[in-house]
Amino acid sequence: MAAPWASLRLVAPMWNGRIRGIHRLGGAVAPEGNQKKKRTILQLLTNYFYDVEALRDYLLQREMYKVHEKNRSFTWLEKQHGPYGAGAFFILKQGGAVKFRDKEWIRPDKYGHFSQEFWNFCVVPVEAVDASDCDINYEGLDNLLLLKELQSLSLQRCSHVDDWCLSRLYPLADSLQELSLAGCPRVSERGLACLHHLRNLRRLDISDLPAVSNPGLTQILVEEMLPNCEVVGVDWAEGLKSGPEEQPQDTASPVPA
Amino acid sequence: MIRRVLPHGLGRGLLTRKPGTRRGGFSLDWDGKVSEIKKKIKSILPGRSCDLLQDTSHLPPEHSDVVIVGGGVLGLSVAYWLKKLESRRGAIRVLVVERDHTYSQASTGLSVGGICQQFSLPENIQLSLFSASFLRNINEYLAVVDAPPLDLRFSPSGYLLLASEKDAAAMESNVKVQRQVGAKISLMSPDQLRNKFPWINTEGVALASYGMEDEGWFDPWCLLQGLRRKVQSLGVLFCQGEVTRFVSSSQRMLTTDDKAVVLKRIHKVHVKMDCSLEYQPVECAIVVNAAGAWSAQIAALAGIGEGPPGTLQGTKLPVEPRKRYVYVWHCPQGPGLETPLVADTSGAYFRREGLGSNYLGGRSPTEQEEPDPANLEVDHDFFQDKVWPHLALRIPAFETLKVQSAWASYYDYNTFDQNGVVGPHPLVANMYFATGFSGHGLQQAPGVGRAVAEMILKGRFQTIDLSPFLFTRFYLGEKIQENNII
Repeated sequence: MAAPWASLRLVAPMWNGRIRGIHRLGGAVAPEGNQKKKRTILQLLTNYFYDVEALRDYLLQREMYKVHEKNRSFTWLEKQHGPYGAGAFFILKQGGAVKFRDKEWIRPDKYGHFSQEFWNFCVVPVEAVDASDCDINYEGLDNLLLLKELQSLSLQRCSHVDDWCLSRLYPLADSLQELSLAGCPRVSERGLACLHHLRNLRRLDISDLPAVSNPGLTQILVEEMLPNCEVVGVDWAEGLKSGPEEQPQDTASPVPA
Repeated sequence: MIRRVLPHGLGRGLLTRKPGTRRGGFSLDWDGKVSEIKKKIKSILPGRSCDLLQDTSHLPPEHSDVVIVGGGVLGLSVAYWLKKLESRRGAIRVLVVERDHTYSQASTGLSVGGICQQFSLPENIQLSLFSASFLRNINEYLAVVDAPPLDLRFSPSGYLLLASEKDAAAMESNVKVQRQVGAKISLMSPDQLRNKFPWINTEGVALASYGMEDEGWFDPWCLLQGLRRKVQSLGVLFCQGEVTRFVSSSQRMLTTDDKAVVLKRIHKVHVKMDCSLEYQPVECAIVVNAAGAWSAQIAALAGIGEGPPGTLQGTKLPVEPRKRYVYVWHCPQGPGLETPLVADTSGAYFRREGLGSNYLGGRSPTEQEEPDPANLEVDHDFFQDKVWPHLALRIPAFETLKVQSAWASYYDYNTFDQNGVVGPHPLVANMYFATGFSGHGLQQAPGVGRAVAEMILKGRFQTIDLSPFLFTRFYLGEKIQENNII
């Protein structure tokens, strides 16, 4: 069970110069041997000195606080520009892309800047959201759920989306038709069980979910649960072990006497 | 050269016993001697207790500010919040005394692990809501440096409570209270129920309430181990032993009506070690009774309930162990992945377990059918006669099922009104209770732990007001009845 969470290590990567954002919370680039040695020295120091332990604890709490900061509710924006504007701004700020009805996709560029024109037409409902690789968590869904007429939602590779978040998606049941959860490390079959509220779902992508214990069986059960939906991503034969290879009959060789 | 010869010579000395050396000589147990010397040196170094004469490392400390009797989820939750809310680091010394470190009979490990907000009392709903947010953010609350994160295996599938005609009005008013406090519950008519869950037989059901968020079930053992790990890293001491005696002093005082009242204060707790007569008197300021099903024994040790019945002195702690059975069965055609924890009108409940069409459930027996709580033996006939008929009636697919296993566990049942006892005792001034939750202790543990810690440190409840749950209600006769007990 530690495998999907192995990246949630602590302070060692912070000292490797600039942090590459909270996406790589622990993804150090140092070579393996060096990493291991660094980790044990740090662990040794942590075990012997309360101060080191307290410092590491504080730094961990600060990392978590940063994620919370990113997911705060934009209630003032909602009052000013309506729910669609606030929701769209939240997604764009996180680094995702937004598509209003009858308009083009709005994406932030690599510096995180995005065009501010959408404030003009934010009475138009948002149709599709691509929140891949964003840091949306349970509290951030407050902003996402403002988009009442959302039809397509992509939460691919979101590292903070877990089973609790999936249980919050039921208000979008009337409109949501497409949902993608590919590559989310914290989503398990227990979270997929609460997608049964989404009666209008037509396409569900559940490929590459490392926390699901039995992907083939889960796919079958999810297909039973959502009869009108096309469930994509897992081959039903995954997880089946192939039997012992049968030796091909070699008719040319002479039969031993 | 000499170095090579010496051990060689010694080795030969070990093997060959010269006739003169046995009498009065010592057999050179080199390794044993070295380890003993190492131990002695380590005990002299700073940071270790110096016990050169007697090894007392297995005994609890002689002084502790708070002694928590009972190391289950409630006791550990109180310890955690005491350490979280203390004014500066290391201000309070806490000792948790647990009789059985394997938790073989503890209600926590044997629990079904459900959490729901569908209660009738606002305090219960608030406690469950807080516990849900605690569990959701458990890796922030219980993060320990260098330890792997906790996987609670929480299934957010919700609770589905079914009500017959006569209970429908009560259910509606309950749901109104729940929504006011902030829980997300939806009410469903029999038609909507059939639409959503076609495997239910809605005969006799007038109304159903379905929890949409923050309800489900999780792994209680993981919560217990996570709390234990965090609490140990915060500096709480653990001791495996049994509390056998409280040494207390009493003071006779007069009330304003000139009635004599005896106020007691516990000074020492005698903790007896496992399988021996050795005990350690622990001097303490506050004792927290979180002993679960055995809380009444601890309360009796402190002298609670010794007096003429009908007086405050004579009011015993009305918590007793009640045995409950949980059965696991396999039903291949049973309800699918979306199944919530269904609680029937008859009191029978079940939920899914895992991906393989396994279910577990049970039913609370009526007062007349209560099994004997002397041991944890399972009565399989109870399933045949009292649980299966109701389940098969409600879910026709359960007419064919095969029981795989079963277990029994204790509820710390409050015979007065089935709700918890929280807070200090009016006469024994330094004993605090955190027990008697009658089957929903696990789901309310984080909230209750925080409330007791606030009571101890600040003197009053700050976040959730649990004053209706104080001990004095047993004397005053004020029942706070909870209607939705599963």
